[in-house]
Amino acid sequence: MRKGFTKICALAISAGMFFASSISGYATTIDRSYTYNYDYWGDVQDSPDMYSVCKVFTSTELGLEKKLSSPQGVYVKDNFIYVLDTGNNRILEFERTARESIEYVREITSFTGGTGPDTFSSPTDIAISDEGNIFIADKGNARILKLDSNLNYIMEFTKPIDNSIDKDIVYQPSKIAVDSAERVYCVAAGINKGLIKYEADGSFTGFVGATPVVFDFKMYLMKKIATQEQLNKMESFVPTEYDNLYMDKEGFIYACTGNVEAEDLRGGDADAIRRINPLGDDILIRNGVYYDGKFPIYGDLYMGNGGGYSGPSKFADVTVFDNDSYVCLDRNRGRLFGYDDQGRMIFVFGGAGNMDGYFREPLGLEHMDYDLIVVDRLDCTITLFTLTDFGQLVFDAMDQFDNGEYGKSGKTWREVMKYNGNYDLAYIGLGRAYLRQKEYGEAMDYFKLKYDDENYSKAYKKYRKEYVEDHIFIIVVVLLALFLIPLGIGKVKAIKREFLISDAFKYNN
Amino acid sequence: MFAALTSKENWQRYFKSLKFSLYCLTHPIDGFWDLTHEKRGSYAAANTILFLAVAAYVLRLRYTSFIFIQVYWEDLNVFTYIASVLFPFFLFVIGNWALTTLFDGKGRLGQVYIATCYALTPYPLIQFPLMFLSNYITVDEAEFYSALYTIAIVWVLFIGIFGMSQVHEYSFGKNILFLIATIFAMLVMIFLLMLFFSMVSQGVAYFISLFKEMLYRL
Repeated sequence: MRKGFTKICALAISAGMFFASSISGYATTIDRSYTYNYDYWGDVQDSPDMYSVCKVFTSTELGLEKKLSSPQGVYVKDNFIYVLDTGNNRILEFERTARESIEYVREITSFTGGTGPDTFSSPTDIAISDEGNIFIADKGNARILKLDSNLNYIMEFTKPIDNSIDKDIVYQPSKIAVDSAERVYCVAAGINKGLIKYEADGSFTGFVGATPVVFDFKMYLMKKIATQEQLNKMESFVPTEYDNLYMDKEGFIYACTGNVEAEDLRGGDADAIRRINPLGDDILIRNGVYYDGKFPIYGDLYMGNGGGYSGPSKFADVTVFDNDSYVCLDRNRGRLFGYDDQGRMIFVFGGAGNMDGYFREPLGLEHMDYDLIVVDRLDCTITLFTLTDFGQLVFDAMDQFDNGEYGKSGKTWREVMKYNGNYDLAYIGLGRAYLRQKEYGEAMDYFKLKYDDENYSKAYKKYRKEYVEDHIFIIVVVLLALFLIPLGIGKVKAIKREFLISDAFKYNN
Repeated sequence: MFAALTSKENWQRYFKSLKFSLYCLTHPIDGFWDLTHEKRGSYAAANTILFLAVAAYVLRLRYTSFIFIQVYWEDLNVFTYIASVLFPFFLFVIGNWALTTLFDGKGRLGQVYIATCYALTPYPLIQFPLMFLSNYITVDEAEFYSALYTIAIVWVLFIGIFGMSQVHEYSFGKNILFLIATIFAMLVMIFLLMLFFSMVSQGVAYFISLFKEMLYRL
């Protein structure tokens, strides 16, 4: 409602939008910094790098005899990195031994036991449960395998037999996640009803995280009046088909999709990313402030057609840090988008190209503490990103805030500001630190600078309360004076009048 | 001219006519009748009210809390912003007069102008205190702001409609009809203006190109 008032100064705003979009169009083609950010107005703000390429590993550097062939995924468990070498039907296990080195451990090409073939066909994902059992999405063989840590067959999850799944469709499980009870969540190609959920015993128990069906009056009218041919064309409307999923440490699933249209994203009819709770509801927090409402979480705001790329960011993978910040990987333009637990943008970096830190078709993203690992399918490389000093400060400030060290967090945000004065998150972070330290006036200043109205109001409410409590005596006196003085003047006037019309006065006259 | 400014009587008349706008707020029918027929309004007061309304419209950008209005200052041209309200205002005045004068509306152009200005009174009257108030409320209390703002707009429209009917001595239905017709008159005027400007610019462009051509050839 209150945001509706922006429409009143539509002139300024629409002009602002035009300005903003023209800026980004300019910046994409000329010199935008490697890392950037969007501010409250959606303007691109250049930023110092938060991540730098630590090392790019090709097959040679990894010490592989057989070169990687279209790797489609990556998985990290503790210090071990698993790369899905889909084209070679194998899974490679590496260990990160030092900051800059990844060492080859073994390759997983087959397993023992089971009824079907004991090798893989285009494996696309791996997950390892807390008990150490290995789950593999064996896409070409239409099964999800459950193996023990010594690669002995335990069981397999096959195509669910259910009325809601077309019998003729070829089952292609592509991405999986396993929760603490070894329930399996699966993204399968061509299935758009949500994530397939298996119980630990292998039974199919339905879909989770499907797009909620909403009544659309326009659609209803269209269906009433459209001809059969038109209706057939409209059937091509496809609900969300997820591309990838990630299970965070609390057991919530982050599911992302690249099958989205720019108009749907802008209109809020589609989500590029969801956080799904066990009931299947989207609980992703979208509190980032933006002049037009909430900050949209779909990657690039401007979808220009520069350099042969068009359309919105297409998220191919997502990974979630321990502090609930998450990073999404855009396979369209090869960029990484970081968002914090409130849905505010932390960073954007990357791009399409052949240089280190640029990608051609990145499909897999994982994290190791705050380091990022990206697997590129066309380049057949593993890129390892580590934090720069600036990035380290940003995450330090967040972690200090989460740990309740508000004073320290405020100081760190101030350091961050020295690196990047155009960083909205730093101002809001500093404001939040002040708010927690009960320095409301300061907090208000910082929130005001970056238009954070919710937090500003929180601070102001406290500030107002404190002010009233401190000045209660003066306020009461002023209020009393406001009542009593006119009352007194009225009384005096009345007495005067009484006196004037009294007999005594008449005699004197 | 300065004699007029120093005349005490003039000032008194001015303040009296300005004060009369407050009477119009609560008695629109009676007030607007007197405004034109009893000559209780004045151009000076009308100009003042229009100035205050425009001032309120501009100043709210700066002094309203950012919770309610966020302004992209880098791209705000205050003159275009003022024009965005003054241009439709005068378009309305002229359009309304031009139309009603053909359909036995009694109001003259000056009277329409004065009445329209007087109808704007609630806007600055509410907007200025609202600007002040907005800095002392939070997001949760935003409804107060939006309610007051809506009241200001609705009030302006309300007394504006009654004002027009009194100025032109129209019945209620006829008045509404002609207010709607005025909107179309405004659109026609915008169309003609655009036509005019585009033709002028094309005409100018023709002579410029003719001149350039001559420069190249001679």
